[in-house]
Amino acid sequence: MIMADSGSSEEVAVIGNTDLTSAESENNIINTMVERGTALLRKMEINVAEAEKRTGKNTVNMQETYTVYLIEVRPAETVPEGGTQAPPDTLWRRYSEFELLRTYLLVTYPYIIVPPLPEKRAEFVWHKLSADNLDPDFVERRRVGLENFLLRVASHPVLSNDKIFFLFLTEEKGWREAVLETGFQDKADSRLKSLSAMFRVKNPDKRFTALKHYSDELNTVISQLLRVRARVADRLYGVYKVHGNYGRVFSEWSAIEKEMGDGLQSAGHHMDTYAASIDDILEEEEHYADQLKEYLFYTDAVRSVCRKHELIQYELEMTAQELAHKKQQKEELATGTVRIFSLKGMTSKLFGQETQEQREVKLAALEQSIQEGEEMVKQKNTECQEFVQAAWDDIERFKEQKDKDLREALINYAIMQISMCKKGIQVWSNAKECFNKM
Amino acid sequence: MSGQAVPADFSEHMLDLDEDEDLEVFSKNTSLADGSPMPNSPSSMVNQYRLEEDEEQADPNNKDIFITVDNPESHVTAIETFIMYRVVTKTTRSEFDSCEYEVRRRYQDFLWLRSRLEENHPTLIVHPLPEKFVMKGMVERFNDDFIETRRRALHRFLNKISEHPILSYGEHFKAFLTAEDLAPHKKQGPGFLSRMGETVRAVANSVRGLRSRPEEFTVMQEYAENFSNKICSVDRVTQRIIKEQREYLDELKQYSPTYTQWVESEEDLAEPLKGMASCMEHCGKETEEQIHHLSDSLLPILHEYVLCAETLKAVMRRRDNIQAEFETKNEALLSRKGDQEAGWQLQEEVDGLADRVELANNALRGDWSRWLSSMRTDLRSAFVSSAEKNVEYYEKCLAVWESFLLSQREESGEQKEGDSS
Repeated sequence: MIMADSGSSEEVAVIGNTDLTSAESENNIINTMVERGTALLRKMEINVAEAEKRTGKNTVNMQETYTVYLIEVRPAETVPEGGTQAPPDTLWRRYSEFELLRTYLLVTYPYIIVPPLPEKRAEFVWHKLSADNLDPDFVERRRVGLENFLLRVASHPVLSNDKIFFLFLTEEKGWREAVLETGFQDKADSRLKSLSAMFRVKNPDKRFTALKHYSDELNTVISQLLRVRARVADRLYGVYKVHGNYGRVFSEWSAIEKEMGDGLQSAGHHMDTYAASIDDILEEEEHYADQLKEYLFYTDAVRSVCRKHELIQYELEMTAQELAHKKQQKEELATGTVRIFSLKGMTSKLFGQETQEQREVKLAALEQSIQEGEEMVKQKNTECQEFVQAAWDDIERFKEQKDKDLREALINYAIMQISMCKKGIQVWSNAKECFNKM
Repeated sequence: MSGQAVPADFSEHMLDLDEDEDLEVFSKNTSLADGSPMPNSPSSMVNQYRLEEDEEQADPNNKDIFITVDNPESHVTAIETFIMYRVVTKTTRSEFDSCEYEVRRRYQDFLWLRSRLEENHPTLIVHPLPEKFVMKGMVERFNDDFIETRRRALHRFLNKISEHPILSYGEHFKAFLTAEDLAPHKKQGPGFLSRMGETVRAVANSVRGLRSRPEEFTVMQEYAENFSNKICSVDRVTQRIIKEQREYLDELKQYSPTYTQWVESEEDLAEPLKGMASCMEHCGKETEEQIHHLSDSLLPILHEYVLCAETLKAVMRRRDNIQAEFETKNEALLSRKGDQEAGWQLQEEVDGLADRVELANNALRGDWSRWLSSMRTDLRSAFVSSAEKNVEYYEKCLAVWESFLLSQREESGEQKEGDSS
């Protein structure tokens, strides 16, 4: 059983009879829709159990404070009745190491929609919530997000087999060297640089174009939703907290009344309860926001795959174009006609025809070049086709996952709202009884 | 803040008067200001102001007069424009010639009635009228909401008067309810100048200060102050809640269009997203209703009691003034020497003023407990009703979300069946 130690699981259980089916409770506890099918997960249980503050010297030899996260890995085995689980293997990682892992995966598997990391800095914050990276609530939510990331990678049919990922979970010391040894940095530089460059593809793949549009739209709408949520949370907080003033005033007022005193006083207590209840409610709602954020960041990964495809397509087109050009040149040389304006052509016209020998040398060189060119085109074509194949497999997988997860998120949101309404009914019913005693 | 609460019932105190034979009430110079005969014995006086426990609240089953204020209509003259309200009275009381009356009154007429009632009964607690004009917020005088709020308050005002054991039997109240034209009635009674004179005397006396206020009235005074503070706070808090709710609603309204926009790019997710959009819209409507209840039902009552608190304080001041007047004259009498003829006149005046003090105090005592009880009923019912409304609000929202959840579970149930087939 995968333990996604989300921390909010206990609160979910306590919320009372929201009529959760056992399947849904299970889903509520598990952060991710994790497929148990991957080989890795069949072997291991993965947890990000804790977070700790550390201080140390950074690269410019200055003191800095940072947070490290404890990764627990234990073999997935059934525990005998009454027995205890074997202690897990553990190691500590900081956020920047997670980032390094992800960058490596992005470069190594360009056709895969690589799961996103939780946000580096708190965004879409409603104002009562801290935007401070060292804030314990933020650290806790990040811990959950990092665990979620590891579980997503571990449950991915392709990524879960990666050696570097395995080492990330098992080798604390030598991991950084191992990553750098793969030489992914070189690929990273060239690939990522080209991605930001401007280029136009002549025959864009309609499916990828559509996917890019979709991912842009999703990005826009989720951003908007997160902004609305933050503003609504802010306002709702205000409404609840002002009721706390009722508590104070009723209490003071009850002191000057005789018969009305008791009713007022106890009603006031319920007002205080009501005002206090918003903190938990909004804390839970952060979970919904985090689920939306994960898919917001996913859209970047999707866009990235589309761009990589465009790059490959572009390179293929360029290569094919060059080949066509060379073939054209060969034809001209062979037949002696100049169809394409070229400096060589002009000079040969001006300075006389070449000798037969010279022509034959050129032809041979061109033949060679054309052969190489054809090989290149074949290669690029294959590369492109393989990319498209692999990418669409992953895209289909992603689409299913997204629909499932977001639907689940919406259901969880509804469950939260139901819980909030039930609390409201309770408090105001109690208050009404107290008012009746006034 | 006084720790001592005001005892609700003063009837024990009134019994003392029966046994006090020194109290003389024969006097020609003082009479009840509305012309009705002065009670000429202590016991009859006590009976007039004594309130049996069960009569403290008007028993709805024994109600013999029903008044409604409705149908506001704009009235245009050459000089001004104002609103006329229809006042319908149905009664079985014998002093009314008919059992049903319908008249049209404007706000000024209500003001006239109230000021006459206060003049005639300076130490009775007369329910306040809605304010002349609300300055804060852009409330126009002829704005529909403003007129409706005012109409309800005027309705409550007349009903409060009709439920008052003393105020509802005056001739001015009767004239207000029955006369086609109030103008002739408005000219009667102590004129403007005498009212001026009273005010001047009152100011002079208050400057002098009271010799000694009976403890019970000091207690009342303190309660009035404290109550005023507290009810003003509750009023302010409620206003603040309404403001926060409105701002919350404005933001909440952004949810539905955002979810709807998202529907456009989705296939499988379109249906639950549509559901979310719909839920948000429903919750928005419920929130709107809740805000209306707060501002149309709870806030006006709280506001009325803010004004009541001011009335209480004014009543306390008037009582103090009546006592101060007596004390001034009494001192003048005691420090006077010689001139027997003038002395007798002064003695008569002093006696009259003493009676006035007695009357005023008794009136206040009786009305105080009636008012407390009425306040308690009104505020309790207002708070209960608000709490009920809040419960309803959450119940409705709960239903919205539960129905959404149900629809999603049905969907996923169908899907699961589809997968396994």
